Amino acid sequence: MRGRFRMTLAQKRRNSGYLFILPWLIGFVFLFAYPLIQSIQFSFNRIIITTGGYELQFVGWGNYREALFVHARYIRVLTGSIVQMVSDVPLILIFSLFAAVLVNQKFRGRMFARALFFLPVILTSGIIMKMLQQDWMTAITQAGMGENTFDSMGLSSVNLRRYLRESGLNQDYVSYILAAVDNIYGIINQSGVQILVLLAGLQSVSSSLYEAAYIEGATRWEAFWKITFPLVSPFLLACAVYTTIDSFTAQSNETMRLVHDTAFGQQQLALSAAMAWIYFVAIMAVLGAVIALVSRKVFYHES
Amino acid sequence: MPTPQPAQAGTLYGKMRRTMNSSRLLRKVTLFRLTGFVWAVFRYVTIIGLGYLILHPLLLMLSSAFMHASDLSDSTVVWIPKTFTLDNFKAALYFMHYKEAFFNSLFLAVSTTLLHVCTCTFVGYGFARFRFRGRNVLFALVLLTLIVPPQALMIPTFLHFRFFDFFGVIEMLTGKPGLNLLDTFWPFLLLSATGMGYKNGLYILIMRQFFRGLPGELEEAALVDGAGVFRTFYRIMLPNAVPAIVTILLFSFVWQWNDYFFVNLFLENMKVLPLTLDSMATNISTTIGYPLDPFRQSMINNTGSLLVILPLVILYLFAQRYFIEGIERSGLVG
Repeated sequence: MRGRFRMTLAQKRRNSGYLFILPWLIGFVFLFAYPLIQSIQFSFNRIIITTGGYELQFVGWGNYREALFVHARYIRVLTGSIVQMVSDVPLILIFSLFAAVLVNQKFRGRMFARALFFLPVILTSGIIMKMLQQDWMTAITQAGMGENTFDSMGLSSVNLRRYLRESGLNQDYVSYILAAVDNIYGIINQSGVQILVLLAGLQSVSSSLYEAAYIEGATRWEAFWKITFPLVSPFLLACAVYTTIDSFTAQSNETMRLVHDTAFGQQQLALSAAMAWIYFVAIMAVLGAVIALVSRKVFYHES
Repeated sequence: MPTPQPAQAGTLYGKMRRTMNSSRLLRKVTLFRLTGFVWAVFRYVTIIGLGYLILHPLLLMLSSAFMHASDLSDSTVVWIPKTFTLDNFKAALYFMHYKEAFFNSLFLAVSTTLLHVCTCTFVGYGFARFRFRGRNVLFALVLLTLIVPPQALMIPTFLHFRFFDFFGVIEMLTGKPGLNLLDTFWPFLLLSATGMGYKNGLYILIMRQFFRGLPGELEEAALVDGAGVFRTFYRIMLPNAVPAIVTILLFSFVWQWNDYFFVNLFLENMKVLPLTLDSMATNISTTIGYPLDPFRQSMINNTGSLLVILPLVILYLFAQRYFIEGIERSGLVG
């Protein structure tokens, strides 16, 4: 009789597994999935706040149409954010890889340098980022830093511009590099976590590979491109995904600020939901394309 | 002149000597040392330059916090103020309601952080060490919570906590359309306890990866000795997971402390540091009757920002090791 109720060990483990994830499951259903479906529902309706709650009025694609074709700023801000993201992600990856290679070497003050590069994660999140962005003095000294300090060193971006133009490079590359130089501050601020992830990647590369390459006569430059780069490429892909999501969900994001203002500034709750979903779909499309393109080039060990 | 990488250069040198003749070897080693030296110089210059950029906002805050308004128009003053003053601090402390806001913020950050850590450790362990149906699908949903921006969910969440109800129970008992939980800490606590707080998907991911990296024999030994699942968890697995726990603890505290989005969404009259810092300019202009001139306001804002992040900077000074090693060791990327 008792045998019928006794569970096997595997069944017991399975049930304890469910027990462990139960808190998350409750939260997911009530505080994520439900609002998610509601938010999609809102985007097809008009919300009317009444004294005893709110009422919905179905309008079909009306909110989406309004966001895309009627709203004065949305489409401009949206394309701006996406273009900004597409141009920033490679820069952040290049800078993070550069910084990670830099602090991966043995030298005096290495721990200090690592701590320094990670500081932006703490300094420039949330409210501090907001304050810095709207601050007068930072704006002025940052602009001043770009011109005066570098000017006196003969390295202003104006000089750089002339130099690059004369070098015969494609104009598109030139303006991309110049934009990167002017935006170096923003790039550093968004690279903290990526540097650490790539650092972990660099440390997973066995040093015997380098020894073998140097004996065969490879230079450091060749060793970097033939050994380091392929072996950290999976980490680069992870960083690319992280960077995209991070910049997309960041509260300093221009589109997200518009979404927020539309909801709480202008009280157009449904329109703001539609705006958020259009942005989400656009970003997922970009992310999917990037992963599909890059993951074929990524090198994996046979494991 | 130091060799570029002493530890490896020794063995490298030995191997090279066995494979090359001496003049070629000499040339090769000299070239190696030369590039190593140039690289070292380049490295220090780059790190100092980037360090300046990174520390710039912090230095600016520090410098303008102690600066007197008269120093602003003095062109000889760049970083170090001529007239030291604590006026900015006094103004910022007063208009930010610092004491009250500080303790509210502290309570909020500490309580949510503890809940984040408990829930995420628990759930991460569940995903890492148990096989059950739908595990992979559910874990994919954890990642989904990371990808969907909080802005997309903010309106339903807002309305949800404005008219909080649980299967209509509250409406039945009180007759009102749900409880208003806005302007209390309940929304934060409920979200954190159920693993839906700010960036909780990331913490669950970190804990899961960490637990997967621990050897299975630890658990098996405890189970064979007759310990139950929960006993094994908190007696055997938890003590081993301390590095990962410290990592998510620190991240959670820092991000919660600085968070502006959720406090702005859920709190209106409750004073917490990010909100009082943000509204300080308005607060000043309504008190004195006219807006302060932008430079003076900027000085006070910088002082306020400094006051907000000062606890974090002190925390970072002591705990930066855990922030940095935590991510490397947690196997977040593996």
